[in-house]
Amino acid sequence: MSAIEIQGLEKTYTVGFWRKRQKRALKPLHLAVERGEIFGFLGPNGAGKTTTLKLLMGLMYPTTGSARILGKEISDPRIKAQIGFLPEQPYFYDYLTARELLQYYGQLSGIPARDRNRKVTEMLERVGLRDSAGVQLRKFSKGMLQRVGLAQAILHDPQIVFFDEPMSGLDPMGRREVRDLMEQLKQEGKTVFFSTHILSDAEALCDRVAIIHMGELRGVGAIAELTAGVHGRVELVWQGTAVPAGLRALGAECHITGENVRAVLAETSQDAALDALRKERLRLISVTPVRMSLEDYFVQQTGSSQAATRGAS
Amino acid sequence: MKPSRTITIFAGLLLAGCLLASILLQRRLDQERSQATLEEILYVPSPKVLKRLSLGYDGLLADIYWTRAVQYFGGKHHQGAQEYKLLAPLLEITTELDPQLMVAYEFGANFLSAKPPNGAGDPQRAVELVEYGIRQNPNEWRLYYNLGFIYYMELHDYAGAADAFARGSKVPKAHPWLRIMAAQMAQHAGDAKMARMMWTATYESSTDPSIRANAATHLRALQVDEEVSALESIVAQYRQKAGHLPGGFPDLIAAGLLRGVPIDPLGHPYKLTPDGRVEVQSPDDLAFITKGTPPGYVPPKVPKFLPSD
Amino acid sequence: MSGRIVHIASNTFREAVRDRVLYNLVAFALLMSGAAVLVGQISIGIERLVVINLGLTAVSLFGIVIAIFIGIGLVSKEIEKRTLYTVLSRPVRRWEFIVGKFCGLAGTLVVNTFFMAIGVFGALLYVSHHFQRADGWVLVALYFIILQFLIITALALLFSSFSSPLLAAVFAFSLFIIGSFAEDLRGFASMTSGVSRWLAFGAAYLVPNFSALNVISSVAHAQPVSAQLIATNTGYALVYVGMALCGAVLIFERRNLK
Repeated sequence: MSAIEIQGLEKTYTVGFWRKRQKRALKPLHLAVERGEIFGFLGPNGAGKTTTLKLLMGLMYPTTGSARILGKEISDPRIKAQIGFLPEQPYFYDYLTARELLQYYGQLSGIPARDRNRKVTEMLERVGLRDSAGVQLRKFSKGMLQRVGLAQAILHDPQIVFFDEPMSGLDPMGRREVRDLMEQLKQEGKTVFFSTHILSDAEALCDRVAIIHMGELRGVGAIAELTAGVHGRVELVWQGTAVPAGLRALGAECHITGENVRAVLAETSQDAALDALRKERLRLISVTPVRMSLEDYFVQQTGSSQAATRGAS
Repeated sequence: MKPSRTITIFAGLLLAGCLLASILLQRRLDQERSQATLEEILYVPSPKVLKRLSLGYDGLLADIYWTRAVQYFGGKHHQGAQEYKLLAPLLEITTELDPQLMVAYEFGANFLSAKPPNGAGDPQRAVELVEYGIRQNPNEWRLYYNLGFIYYMELHDYAGAADAFARGSKVPKAHPWLRIMAAQMAQHAGDAKMARMMWTATYESSTDPSIRANAATHLRALQVDEEVSALESIVAQYRQKAGHLPGGFPDLIAAGLLRGVPIDPLGHPYKLTPDGRVEVQSPDDLAFITKGTPPGYVPPKVPKFLPSD
Repeated sequence: MSGRIVHIASNTFREAVRDRVLYNLVAFALLMSGAAVLVGQISIGIERLVVINLGLTAVSLFGIVIAIFIGIGLVSKEIEKRTLYTVLSRPVRRWEFIVGKFCGLAGTLVVNTFFMAIGVFGALLYVSHHFQRADGWVLVALYFIILQFLIITALALLFSSFSSPLLAAVFAFSLFIIGSFAEDLRGFASMTSGVSRWLAFGAAYLVPNFSALNVISSVAHAQPVSAQLIATNTGYALVYVGMALCGAVLIFERRNLK
């Protein structure tokens, strides 16, 4: 049983007051997330990431399609005990202190009273808010609010956590801490599903990613697979400082560093380049494929259709 | 960076100036509007509409209008007004909003019916007001008393008064006064005994200070009238016996007709004039007296009410 | 299930308190004290009447204002501030949320009224120097006022579940005013005919009947309130609140939270 199974989930709604138009926030989405993996849901702003999350959380109702979490329909209230949610730029009851907020959420999650205090204290410790436990949330900085958000999402020890842009607004230290937390959750056997548009985080953390753009899924899979399957580049390193003329003609970028030359060119030109080097009797040190970066892949997936739609509308 | 000092001073001065100006202008407005408020009340919607507008809080609104009625009357009475145009509408609104506010009907019976400057001089309207009250509260004996009071005192309709008292005496827990007054109306209509009984009834059955003060003043006036009559008949007796008028009260005391110098309710001795009339020392302080005043006496515009006990 | 409702209710109560709602009691206390002292000079002979009229009117108006001001934001504020998202991601049913919010505000108003009642009786004691048996009916009037609060709260919550705070305030306040005329509306309806008769009757029966719940004036005159009226009014209030809450639940269950 997958952790999350999305089957044809779609969301269309009407906008406009006088002349009503249909807006397709999410085209039919098919996706599966396995247990124990960190899954990244990537896309530019407005792509449909938050819509998907809200549909999964039952905050919005799909136009068509269904989804299951841990085998149960998303409309089944019993799954709520097994999931945790951190919305984007969260805001909490600012008249409560951090401790009171977690106590309240613990009550709503059904954590028995005798365990609540302990768990709340542990959670505050874990996200680094022990010293601010008695401070009213209205006095919290953005980073502190994000930590409270994380705390409430994992307080009841859920199997799956859903984070919407968990790093937004955090300083590098904060982002590091969130990354560490997500790694810890994975160690504990939990599934992490998070959306972001910061690719470096995805690259560092995710087992698999999905890229979504304008409500449509553009690619799913491990990053290595996604970027490998496309025409990549290759890096050649050889001894000396000479650059054969033919190589430049192949469009190579050459850098001379110390006693070696590094040249990067298209993978398809690899054989021609090696021939050129052999002709000049240059000593080859290494041939290394350079993977396309996730960013390149991302831009490729989201850029071209933008041009297409611009032409269409 | 602190806020600019220039702005602070300027804005502060302007604020104080505007405050002063607003106070002065409001005083101006009060003068211009004192006429307007009067007309405003006359333009007020009918009592029934006002009751609708009160959204169920008519009890409180009735109390507010009652307070306005009392202050309206008290204020104008103090200035010796000759007309009280708004008293009737105010009382009608009050009783429409709260038909059980007994004191409003009492007030109407006493001050709506009495002649100016002591009242609005509209006994007919007072009758309508109290009859309305009786329709709303048919078992309230005080209302029948108030009705009879108006008939007797201002309309001099003794049959009507007797009828009202008789109706009232049939109400459960009615005060025995009502039966007595109904019975005695036939014989003693118009005489002082009846008047005294009524003013005493009013004085003792009301808790409103204005009504009680008015009743007490009338009772004292009745007392003066009685005493002056009694004294003048003693003077006549003396004259018959002695053949000439007495020189002063000592003469009457010496003749055994008086025990001591008679004193009026204010504590001042009565005066005996050379032509055998008895007068009070300060008629201006005793409102409503019909005897004991010098010839050609004109009572002051503002009758002095005595404070009630 | 009921545990979650209780928790939501007590959190709503806590929010109202920390929003300094209870400070209105200070204003009320000042009002009652001033009235108790002044009434002896302005309205001699009817002190008890005025104190009860003024006190109960103030309790009613203060409470209605609070009920509307807080009630209109019960749902819309949570959506606007997005505090709702993390709540609903927990095993909290949407209808539990509505009921919990209602109970929280209702509880706040009951507590508020309790303190105000102390103020009214204090002023009454001050002007009359002792309690009469008839003062017991003042408690009944207060109970009816609380029933009014429950109805207004439920209506404000209903409007809050689908419209903006401003509109919800306008609707709730309008229904309060029209509700004071409920008995007149029915009288008016019986005089019309045809389509307007149906409309008028429909409106007359749908609008909350506040006129029946207002016994301030008769209690001020020390008149008793019949047990039957108490029972019927209680039933009516419960039924009306039920209607409004069901409406709120129906709307809220279907709502897409963008």
